[in-house]
Amino acid sequence: MMNALNEAAVKNSNLADLYYQMRRVRTFEERVGELFVRGQSAGSMLHLSIGEESAAVGVCANMRDGDTFTTHHRGHGIFLARGADPARMMAEIAGKEAGYCHGKGGSMHIADMGLGHLGANAIVGGGIPAVVGAGLAARNRKTGGVSLAFFGDGATGQGILYESMNMAALWKLPVMFVCINNQYGMGTRIDQATANPRLHERAEAFGLAARTVDGLAVEDVADAAAELIAGARAGQPGFLVIDCYRFYGHARKDKSPYRDDIEEAEGRKKDPVLSARNKLISSGMMDESTLDRVDAEIATEMDATIDFSIAEKEPQLNSMFRDVYAPGEPEPEPVRARLERILARE
Amino acid sequence: MTMIETTYRDALRLALTETMRADENVIIMGEEVGRYGGAYGVTKGLIEEFGEDRVIDTPISEPAIIGSAVGAAMAGLRPVAELMYVDFIGMTMDQLANQAAKIRYMFGGQIGVPMVLRTQGGTGRSAGAQHSQSLEAYVMHTPGLRLAMPSTVEDAYHLLRQALMQPDPVVFIEHKGLYTMKGTLDTDAEPAAWGKARVMREGADLVIVSYSRQIHHALAAADTLASEDGIQAAVIDLRTLNPLDFDTIRPLVEQAGRAMVVSEGVMTSGVAAELAARITEECFDFLEDPVVRVAGEDIPISVSPLLEQNSVPTPELITEAVRMMLK
Repeated sequence: MMNALNEAAVKNSNLADLYYQMRRVRTFEERVGELFVRGQSAGSMLHLSIGEESAAVGVCANMRDGDTFTTHHRGHGIFLARGADPARMMAEIAGKEAGYCHGKGGSMHIADMGLGHLGANAIVGGGIPAVVGAGLAARNRKTGGVSLAFFGDGATGQGILYESMNMAALWKLPVMFVCINNQYGMGTRIDQATANPRLHERAEAFGLAARTVDGLAVEDVADAAAELIAGARAGQPGFLVIDCYRFYGHARKDKSPYRDDIEEAEGRKKDPVLSARNKLISSGMMDESTLDRVDAEIATEMDATIDFSIAEKEPQLNSMFRDVYAPGEPEPEPVRARLERILARE
Repeated sequence: MTMIETTYRDALRLALTETMRADENVIIMGEEVGRYGGAYGVTKGLIEEFGEDRVIDTPISEPAIIGSAVGAAMAGLRPVAELMYVDFIGMTMDQLANQAAKIRYMFGGQIGVPMVLRTQGGTGRSAGAQHSQSLEAYVMHTPGLRLAMPSTVEDAYHLLRQALMQPDPVVFIEHKGLYTMKGTLDTDAEPAAWGKARVMREGADLVIVSYSRQIHHALAAADTLASEDGIQAAVIDLRTLNPLDFDTIRPLVEQAGRAMVVSEGVMTSGVAAELAARITEECFDFLEDPVVRVAGEDIPISVSPLLEQNSVPTPELITEAVRMMLK
């Protein structure tokens, strides 16, 4: 998939690579929307991260093998940027057996222990304290790993965030908090939800190393993340706020009646993918036709994820009772089986 | 054979100590578990032996205590998270019920959450409505959570050791009224298997199914009934409510034809309700009488010792209930 990119032999391969990763996230999310329109997604609880690609890509570019992370419900881009297979992701979003969680998790509960993904979460703030524990485990087991919690500005309304920040700072854990401030918790704008929207100040109050960065420039996000992750690895937990704009509604069906067209048009000008693309062209690092080929290759790759997810099979019905408890433990008795047993009369 | 005279509290500490010596991944975290030694003294002295990295005093942050234990368990540790009172479980319910209980299932079996949530509940110390409850039904109502409630010194030790070997999250609820109870513990004895109930007393006239401190009330009632009324009541200690061992209950109830469930938790939609429903469904053709629940009154717990004691089943109430049933 990197052919067109490699041919370009650019001098700033870093920005080119960050662009490539962001374009993959953007295109994947567009295909998730398409899967829904085609009636092939499992439900409509699909939260797209279009407009927020620099957060996922800029931070994940600084993670290593052995690092762990949790995400919020808008986490497709983060998982993909960390190395997920988009076809297996799409199959999970479609509720298929071939998905990462065999169709039991879906968009909001996708996870992969192999990549250190301790899970996406459908409870706002729900995945945050797990990274404190994972950081504790990394410290006690001396793995050298860092654990990162990705969440939105909406989670700054949850007490669990502050409990977790306090513990991470108190115990000097290799932990980092990544707040993707897309300006909206569902339909409520950040200034309607808090009197002080300078979110990094809260982290400073807890003794964390904190920064806010404009998500328009992915290389700025990557630089800030590099500094904070290095600090976290050395025992100074960090907090990074990435300012961006959620281009579309909260979930797939939300048409954003709570904000007007002018605001949306203005917000969508903060496009990190387009910004990186223009920078590659204007600086002479890559030309437009090469970038068109890169984009086309990615489109082909992501189109295939839709075909794959549609072609794959549903989970077996009897898998329903599996994995409530560990393998080897008795599975819960199905209602029908119980009824047949207790109502059997000689 | 190592027989020791000990208490419920010391038996719990012994189980923690031995497990921590054998496995450096076992850690304890919670409010006052370290320097203070635990609100009820269970973890006293452990910080001296195992250090601050393994016996971790936390801020008063119950959701994050349980939530970080979840992450630690996923990342290779085996945390024992202490919740000072089970009454605080509502604070932690998202991390317990939405995270710990569902992670294995939601993630398609990729990983489990081998943690133990140690807590204590029940009446007996005039601790009032927010420090005296029996909330096991909250836990039992959530698939994915194991639930153990030891009634004896032996089980305080053996059940906790077994809980620390489980691949899935275990909520381990001690009874605050039992910590000073004395008993003989054989640490080398083959313990009853995890998930198996124990017949504490044989009896052909009816079966009393119970757990935790109410076992002692049921046994006291059974003694009174035997000596004063000639009634022989069997008493079954469930030990774990999940797994629930119905195989031990069924044959005894089928034989006796009468069953009573005794629980300190409030009656409505409680553990006793579930057990009564199961016994009725499974043993219907053998029952001479309705399955009776003797459970906590449907009220909060008072500070007044008189009101408190009468808010939950007493040996006298159990005795009377059996007499009403068999008259």
